[in-house]
Amino acid sequence: MYISIEKVSKAFTLKDKSTLTVLDKVDLYIKEGEFICLLGPSGCGKSTLLNLIAGFDTPSTGTIKINGNTVTQPSIDRIVIFQNYGLLPWRNVIKNVELGLEAKKLKRKERRRIAEEYIKLVGLSDYKKHHPPQLSGGMQQRVALARALAVEPKILLMDEPFGALDAMTRMHMQDEIERIWQEKKKTIIFVTHDIEEAVFLADRIVIMTPSPGRVKTIIEVPLPRKRDRTSLDFLKIKDKVFTEFNLK
Amino acid sequence: MGKIVKVLKVISSLALFVGIWELIVLTGRYEPSLLPSPVKVLEGMGELVKDGTLITHFKVSLSRFITGYTVAAVTGISLGLVLGYNKKVWEFVEPVVQLLRPVSPIAWFPFIVLWFGIGDVPAIIIIFIAGFFPTLLSTVSGVRKVDPAYLNVANNFGIRQPHLLFKIILPAAFPMIANGLHIALGTAWVFLVAGEMVGAQSGLGYLIIDSRNSLRSDLVLAGIIFIGISGLVLDRLIKLLEGYIERQWGVSEGRRN
Ligand SMILES: Nc1ncnc2c1ncn2[C@@H]1O[C@H](COP(=O)(O)OP(=O)(O)O)[C@@H](O)[C@H]1O
Ligand SMILES: [Mg+2]
Repeated sequence: MYISIEKVSKAFTLKDKSTLTVLDKVDLYIKEGEFICLLGPSGCGKSTLLNLIAGFDTPSTGTIKINGNTVTQPSIDRIVIFQNYGLLPWRNVIKNVELGLEAKKLKRKERRRIAEEYIKLVGLSDYKKHHPPQLSGGMQQRVALARALAVEPKILLMDEPFGALDAMTRMHMQDEIERIWQEKKKTIIFVTHDIEEAVFLADRIVIMTPSPGRVKTIIEVPLPRKRDRTSLDFLKIKDKVFTEFNLK
Repeated sequence: MGKIVKVLKVISSLALFVGIWELIVLTGRYEPSLLPSPVKVLEGMGELVKDGTLITHFKVSLSRFITGYTVAAVTGISLGLVLGYNKKVWEFVEPVVQLLRPVSPIAWFPFIVLWFGIGDVPAIIIIFIAGFFPTLLSTVSGVRKVDPAYLNVANNFGIRQPHLLFKIILPAAFPMIANGLHIALGTAWVFLVAGEMVGAQSGLGYLIIDSRNSLRSDLVLAGIIFIGISGLVLDRLIKLLEGYIERQWGVSEGRRN
């Protein structure tokens, strides 16, 4: 399996010396090129799990392996995209996208060329010289996406990336990420608490429950792309997810 | 329109101030040597400008100021970056810094003269001390307040030291550092004059002491006014720089939605 999450638990020691178990023996296996959505109410450990996969933190027990190698630290092969974009406000769009390329040993011109290519991919060629605070939330998230894609990671880890966007922008961004996923053949792990978003994007939806965070079920979404949010099949799967959360 | 109103306000405020001053002088209750009239002071200012005294002293003061302030800025920022980044070392150093910070730079004067003699150096060192602490403290707190999200991003993209310092930490902390530099500028200018009053044979501070010694209170006031004006100009210049930085950092830009 491409990504193997084996019996991963994570506990934090709190200030009063007590421990809080946030993840409890999570098992999850992900194929290369798969689009996985982690879905669950807030506080169920989605971000914690994503951070472990990213290598920002290590599991208390269990292991996470990618291509057979245990994850011990962050890598430019797995880029995290945050809800608050994580853009550097003192750099303009193109310099933000070049950030990751600077750590690679590339010539200036080559960096510029690659950055421009990815800015074009996300449709921001007219905004190259803008600074992030001058852009709307959706545009900022596109910049973050371009910056992530520019270093050609194999895996994208997205933590509620569209959580701060309004409903319309959000749907545009969902279309966009699906298009890019198909074009660039990335493995994507996408955290969300929006059921429709998960059904629209995921090959498989991993449903998590809180206290402690566990994988409750995994729902396959065998719908062809691009999915119609109003089709009967779509609604059926949405229904199934609602049932899992006892929302019906 | 708004600009004109602003200028008018400034002019009328100054005019009112000078008017009251002139009225007090006109009552004749104070000796001219104790309170010279505005006209007298204006004449004194003209005299200082014409015979080149002012520009000579101003140049001396400014070059001392630039030297002391630049050294303070460079050492304050460099040390601040290192200390802000190394929490353990800072915890060790902070008590000493907090102890020294409230001491007026002038208090060091006896030692400064003993160690460095008289001339340019004492004034420069006083400016340095005055400018160093605000710069150091704002840099340290700027570094410590860097959004951890930026550090995560840098970590994720494989940005290591020294690039981490120059590409992430320094720019992230820069608005706060610039603010410290602004405060340092004002403080240092105040102490420049004080330093030149006790240990120099030239400069704006010396000009005042010298005028007093020759019982020219009009020139004393003229000197005070010049010091005020140049301090104000310096302050405006650094404000322009700050504004530029804020725009560059996107702090004060309008948001689009
Ligand atoms: N560093 C930490 N120290 C202590 N508790 C934490 C830490 N990180 C997360 N938690 C706790 O773990 C739980 C899950 O958090 P998180 O993974 O952010 O959930 P989600 O992303 O699903 O909303 C929360 O109760 C949160 O308070
Ligand atoms: Mg979260």
